[in-house]
Amino acid sequence: MSVSTLPPDRNEAAAGAAVLRGAVPRPEAPRGLGRRLRPLLALPALALLGGCNMVVMQPGGFVAEQQRNLVLASTGLMLLIIVPVIAVTLFFAWHYRATNEKAIYDPDWHHSTQLEVLIWTAPLLIIIALGALTWIGTHTLDPFRPLTRIDAKREIPAGVEPLQVEVVAMDWKWLFIYPQYGIATVNDLALPVDRPVAFKITATDVMNTFYVPTLAGMIYAMPGMETRLHAVINKVGDSEGRSAHYSGAGFSNMFFKFRGLAEKDFDGWVAKAKADGSDLSQEAYLKLTEPTESEPARYFKSYADGLYGKILGLCPKPGQMCVSEMMAIDARGGQSGPEAEEAYKRLRYDNHFAREGHEAPGATGPATDRGAHGQTQPEGMKPRPDMGNPDSRGPEPGKAQPDAGGAPSKDGAKDGAVAPKQIGQ
Amino acid sequence: MFDNVNLQQLIFGRFTLDQIPYHEPILIGTFAAVAVVGVAVLATITYFRFWGPLWRDWVTSIDHKKIGIMYCIFAMIMLLRGFADALMMRSQQAIAFGDQQGYLPPHHYDQIFTAHGMIMIFFVAMPFVTGLMNFAVPLQIGARDVAFPFLNNFSFWMTVSGGLLVMTSLFVGEFSRATWLAYPPLSGAAMSPGVGVDYYIWALQIAGVGTTLSGINLIATIVKMRAPGMTMMKLPIFVWSSLCTNILIVAAFPILTAVLVLLSLDRYLGLHFFTNDLGGNTMLYFNLIWIWGHPEVYILILPAFGVFSEVTSTFCGKRLFGYTSMVYALVVITILAYLVWLHHFFTMGSGADVNSFFGITTMIISIPTGAKIFNWMFTMYRGRIRFDVPMMWVVAFIVTFVIGGMTGVLLAVPPADFVLHNSLFLIAHFHNVIIGGVLFGMFAGVTFWFPKAFGFKLDEFWGKMALYLWVSGFYVAFMPLYVLGLMGVTRRMQHFDDPSLQPWFIVAAFGALLIAAGIACQVIMFVVSIRRREELRDHTGDPWGGRTLEWSTSSPPPDYNFAFTPVVHDSDAWWDMKARGFSRPLTGYQPIHMPKNTASGAILALLSFICGFALVWYVWWLAALSFVALVATAIVHTFNYDRDYYIPAEAVSREEAKRTRELELA
Repeated sequence: MSVSTLPPDRNEAAAGAAVLRGAVPRPEAPRGLGRRLRPLLALPALALLGGCNMVVMQPGGFVAEQQRNLVLASTGLMLLIIVPVIAVTLFFAWHYRATNEKAIYDPDWHHSTQLEVLIWTAPLLIIIALGALTWIGTHTLDPFRPLTRIDAKREIPAGVEPLQVEVVAMDWKWLFIYPQYGIATVNDLALPVDRPVAFKITATDVMNTFYVPTLAGMIYAMPGMETRLHAVINKVGDSEGRSAHYSGAGFSNMFFKFRGLAEKDFDGWVAKAKADGSDLSQEAYLKLTEPTESEPARYFKSYADGLYGKILGLCPKPGQMCVSEMMAIDARGGQSGPEAEEAYKRLRYDNHFAREGHEAPGATGPATDRGAHGQTQPEGMKPRPDMGNPDSRGPEPGKAQPDAGGAPSKDGAKDGAVAPKQIGQ
Repeated sequence: MFDNVNLQQLIFGRFTLDQIPYHEPILIGTFAAVAVVGVAVLATITYFRFWGPLWRDWVTSIDHKKIGIMYCIFAMIMLLRGFADALMMRSQQAIAFGDQQGYLPPHHYDQIFTAHGMIMIFFVAMPFVTGLMNFAVPLQIGARDVAFPFLNNFSFWMTVSGGLLVMTSLFVGEFSRATWLAYPPLSGAAMSPGVGVDYYIWALQIAGVGTTLSGINLIATIVKMRAPGMTMMKLPIFVWSSLCTNILIVAAFPILTAVLVLLSLDRYLGLHFFTNDLGGNTMLYFNLIWIWGHPEVYILILPAFGVFSEVTSTFCGKRLFGYTSMVYALVVITILAYLVWLHHFFTMGSGADVNSFFGITTMIISIPTGAKIFNWMFTMYRGRIRFDVPMMWVVAFIVTFVIGGMTGVLLAVPPADFVLHNSLFLIAHFHNVIIGGVLFGMFAGVTFWFPKAFGFKLDEFWGKMALYLWVSGFYVAFMPLYVLGLMGVTRRMQHFDDPSLQPWFIVAAFGALLIAAGIACQVIMFVVSIRRREELRDHTGDPWGGRTLEWSTSSPPPDYNFAFTPVVHDSDAWWDMKARGFSRPLTGYQPIHMPKNTASGAILALLSFICGFALVWYVWWLAALSFVALVATAIVHTFNYDRDYYIPAEAVSREEAKRTRELELA
């Protein structure tokens, strides 16, 4: 999908990897929630797994697997009532057709207490069963809840620390920070198999959804807020992650590479990023926030201090007030006078009146074929030769700037002084 | 501040000639087509000297039947627009793979899916529903009009005015790219600085006034204007569903109005309800919009349920099974509709307790809904089913809707929603219930009540062709989307990299073509039916063997609906009257007190349109002027005391004599 500027150890990874897309054998009999309902699963499963690559039905991680099982179990439960309803409706429609003189006609029959009891209790029973399933499933699969097992058979071995990954949804790419390893990547998420992962998720300025279908269900990535996701990948292999929540013009290309790597390969991958990556200084980060599309994978051997906290606190630029500081001011009962004026300026973060050159973009068409954010042609925006307008063409996607780092920033630390305490840290 | 006043900006706001999309071939083509059709329509009206009657009998009419018909015509026209958007999306997604970017860049594609969603809900489904309720409810309860006839006319024109504003965005400026619910921060001023979201806001605000007022109007009508003897538990079931719907409208639409006001304060005055900075929070918007948005779903589906109930019992020649349980089911759905909104964003990260509460309440709604399905099923049981077109829609509905209901309950399981939310599975689900439920219901209703409105039936052959094409087209178009959803494909994609998805999208696009053929058949159906109207003429006023009061009067009904207010003894009042040998009174007519036509509604709506347009483009002087004019017109209208008249007894007598002759012909 994207041209990697820093070819990772793809070959090593692929050596032991069954590529998840397409090559994974059908999953084994479902475990966990769906186990007792296994006979029911056959019907939808057969109907659905008709030779296409249904990634949601072929999970590579324990969480996604339980979610898949819940989908199948619920569907099976509901088919218990749906199939008879369709069949009986069609039978009644056919049998009581006006031309069938043999069918009984009883124009005044309109009430039967027994039937009324049946038609209210039958769905009620299904919903009680499904409700119980929902209550249990929602609590056990709550994305905020740390994992207790790495798969149906294995508990988390003693002494295994979850891998921390901080995820930032940007325009229109993903930034992954590995605080335990001091590295960061763009559009490349690698996880060691069978090790629990704790994601912290936020976004720069619009909403997105963090979604790796093989790994676990999705959760929103929202600016100024943090969501969490606990998951584990059990299978070695490559697949894709994406944003599932529309976030503007570059949304369709907001994919990232997802790799499940064996422990050793993961260490190699980290070492490679450390060796070949650049530095994600504050300046480099601000450059990264410019909207881009189809961003190639990039690697950073280090990143600015407290970067994730500043992104979450909406204060990555020097001088911006972090959300935590604002909340602290509010907790003191607010402030007034010139002090407040000053503070207000630092809080005007995405206010359009604060931006230069505010204008209505032109009518639909090539002249204004640019992202909805910012006034500049997004870097790396795919050229659209079919539109025949040179203005709309960005640089070649492949050529877009390999230099992610730029000069290491020196005011990164200075900025840190602005933000005394970050939320979520 | 006055030294840099720009005269052009003062006069035209942010409008410049660049805002006319003359470089966009698709829009130029559309504009040409609209212009040609428009000129043709104007020429036809002029040629047949129809301007006078159009103004007197339709535009200014406060007759609920005509307003209902106009609502339905408006919905059908907007359906063509919304469906054109759908065809463009389907074709774009069928071709934009790999190196192929398709023919719609994101900037254009994103407007199209936003417009499609917004138009289909607000300007197709809503006017259809309101139109049918307007037409049928007063007739079914034996009333002569709605409670507030002027308000009815005003509501209709406000809806049209909102629709016009959306259509204007096609040719002047652009439409919103921020999806049909305009979630901030994407829809905020920082991320969407253009006119698109403002078009969206003002179109909805103007149309929302109409919807809310029409809700109030119909509640008052149903509560206060029922014929003597028609107690609440003898109301026709369609009236019950209308009552529930309008209660939902009155309770839900003010929330939409409020949340859009907050969004416009953010956009226009730089406030911070939903921005990222200064303490704004987009989660507030999500909650507010869905507290309106979920009841909205039931606002659309309940009247469709009402239509299916009427159609089923009529064409089965049998009393509706379980009337009481149907009524309770409606009421339970109405109440529960307010307790489920959060299921639209389980993935926002509310705790497990909150998510399971909303998941389970959502599932509970399926119990009364399931009971209704069973009730229709047992209405068919021991019936004598005549498969005219409306009844065929019912069967298509039941089969399709239960599938959509099943996937809906599946999405109500939060962990399942985590893997299916925002995917094409979700898209398939809600099209499954909205097409299979609401649209099929509206088509059944239009076919069912058309002979009442115009005095002749719709052509059956083309009706059936339309039905087969719509139903098969629906399955071909949306079943692949279920599969694609399970393949992890998300909604609102303008381009794909994975070529293995393409066959599914091609199948879906073919399904859209089948639906297009279905719509073409419906257009042909109307043309053919009008041409064959003498053959299809119904002289009795009761072509289907009806059960409720609207079938007791002539087709089309006279202005006053009923020469004598009927007295009701049974929930199927007309069936009961026929069974007990009802004979029409032929003498003793009295003058009938009726409301008088007025142009105020149309004028107010036109001024609202101008005001909305001016606000979109920051033309402040025009906005202020039109707003003042709006208020002034409303005040002036209150001094118009010439609002009613009496139809003299002789005129009633003439009209009823005509009806007697018709009945002899039949």
